Amino acid sequence: MATIELRDIAHSYRPDPRGPSDYALRRLSRSWEDGTACALLGPSGCGKTTLLNIISGLITPSEGRILFGGRDVTGLSPERRNIAQVFQFPVIYDTMTVYDNLAFPLRNRGMARPDLDRRVRRVAELLDLTGDLKRRAQRLTPDAKQKISLGRGLVREDVAAILFDEPLTVIDPHMKWQLRRKLREIHKEVRLSLIYVTHDQVEALTFADQVAVMVDGAIVQVGTPQELFEEPAHTFVGYFIGSPGMNLLPCELAEGGARVDGIPIPLPAGPRPDAGPHAGPGARYEIGIRPEFLEIDHLGRAAGNGGAAPGLVPVDVTDVAFLGTHRIVTARLGRHTVKVKLDEGRPVPGDPGLRFPPGRTKLYRDGVLVN
Amino acid sequence: MDKPWNNRAWLLVLPVVAIVAFSAILPLMTVVNYSVQDIFGPGQAYWVGTEWYRKVLEDERLRDALLRQMLYSLAVLAIEIPLGVAIALCMPSGKGWRTSLTLVLLALPLLIPWNVVGTIWQIFARGDIGLGGAALQRLGLDYNYTGDPLDAWLTVLAMDVWHWTSLVALLAYAGLQAIPPAFYQAAKIDGASRWSVFRYIQLPKMRGVLIIAVLLRFMDSFMIYTEPFVLTGGGPGNATTFLSQFLTRMAVGQFDLGVAAAFSIIYFLIVLLFSYVFYTFITKVGTGDAR
Repeated sequence: MATIELRDIAHSYRPDPRGPSDYALRRLSRSWEDGTACALLGPSGCGKTTLLNIISGLITPSEGRILFGGRDVTGLSPERRNIAQVFQFPVIYDTMTVYDNLAFPLRNRGMARPDLDRRVRRVAELLDLTGDLKRRAQRLTPDAKQKISLGRGLVREDVAAILFDEPLTVIDPHMKWQLRRKLREIHKEVRLSLIYVTHDQVEALTFADQVAVMVDGAIVQVGTPQELFEEPAHTFVGYFIGSPGMNLLPCELAEGGARVDGIPIPLPAGPRPDAGPHAGPGARYEIGIRPEFLEIDHLGRAAGNGGAAPGLVPVDVTDVAFLGTHRIVTARLGRHTVKVKLDEGRPVPGDPGLRFPPGRTKLYRDGVLVN
Repeated sequence: MDKPWNNRAWLLVLPVVAIVAFSAILPLMTVVNYSVQDIFGPGQAYWVGTEWYRKVLEDERLRDALLRQMLYSLAVLAIEIPLGVAIALCMPSGKGWRTSLTLVLLALPLLIPWNVVGTIWQIFARGDIGLGGAALQRLGLDYNYTGDPLDAWLTVLAMDVWHWTSLVALLAYAGLQAIPPAFYQAAKIDGASRWSVFRYIQLPKMRGVLIIAVLLRFMDSFMIYTEPFVLTGGGPGNATTFLSQFLTRMAVGQFDLGVAAAFSIIYFLIVLLFSYVFYTFITKVGTGDAR
């Protein structure tokens, strides 16, 4: 068991990388505490699998070092690092029984028979495979095969971390839930570090204690699922996580808030956001707010005696989609489209206005959260 | 549920039926005719029953030829399959000029017409001017494929290996290329040795193509005709006279059509039986749950 530490890791598949665009993985440093369940979340081609393969040792990074529990393993091959990996497509040894599949890594490491038998049976029990031990692995369903792949990592006593590369891709939807729950159960039981690569936010958010969101070869935010949802550090995290994603509206700064197409939006009090060191005349500002946090109300009623309601922005509702427990209201605000999540049962007002709660409204400068 | 039924659908199958009938079934039935009758000419046929068959089965030369044939096919399989797999394992993978070059080089022998292959080897193995034959004699070996039965045998075998191992190698290579990289990566992480990777990943994944390779090589070698005919003419003596050549000699040389027809039927049944038994055996083995 060990902390996994990446120091200034970068990787390019080209022999002579020049600009940052030649890097599949840009320079980054991170460490994962022992025993955490962590997810690497990002769209295809963001470098998450490259990062995973660097940790497992299938790829040697172009730059930087990787340490397991303080020991430099950068140059070590996968079998000499204490990790196991579960791949996108289940890898099993077709001609072997389930038992032999599970025993294979131990036999290769020369474990004595009684120990081996005990460990294989324990892992089989953990994975609900005891009844299948004598069966040929080839005959099993994809989810059982994937459990065997995982089991080959779990049997080894030297494993510090198990890495998953989109392991649920080929699993039936209803089995995905079960397998994911099984994974969490196992994580509680064995307290191994698990690193899980996926492009599916639901998988990442339900699986992990800590999610690292990646885009274009860089990690843009690391946090608990709640942090990613409530405080996206980057506009990418905002719209990639959540369904629908965060509303992002280009804006100009004004006294006490921002203006979207000239419409004032209140922002939380604080130092003026255009005063920081990165602020220049060319900086691009956006406000972001999640559809869940926007409030929709009657313009007229809130106004009371005919005047403009405080904090309410008039919008035109263009579409309402019914999604069972809630509705997604699409509205036009100036030249922009805004989505609002409305709980079922609450009506859409005839004279709709939007309220941007200041604590929930985020300001981004060039894609990065201000404050 | 009612399934639509329309007899006109048979029309779609008709062209295939016609082709198979004219190219396979009619000739085969003609052979059956010849094997049970004594035919002198149109309208002059006499029923002889199983006489030709009895005659064929009693023929000692035929039994020798059959034994020779089996030995030859087994030798071909025993050499070409492992050698082809070994070559496939050594071949470069991925895209690049090395892969293309290897594939082209391997495909070359397969593109040469069979009688040309025989001629090439006939010259290659000559003791006076042939590159191979002369080289062997220079080394002090008493090599003479036209006079020594063992030398003739080895030459025919070498020719077949040269001609057909490429096919096995290419099939095995295709099988290897179809293995996803994750299998090798997983094996690496599991600490598998090179041998284990071969035994538990590569070999099982090549199973399908190897079954086809074995079947093709068995049937082809069992019916080999052109190359030994050109190279040795079946000699010295009858040392390299295999079944098909024996049959041709009987039918065309001695005009013993009845016996030759009976022999053809037996020959056909042997190939069919071998292929069937082999195929069912190989597809059943290694898929059962039993261990």
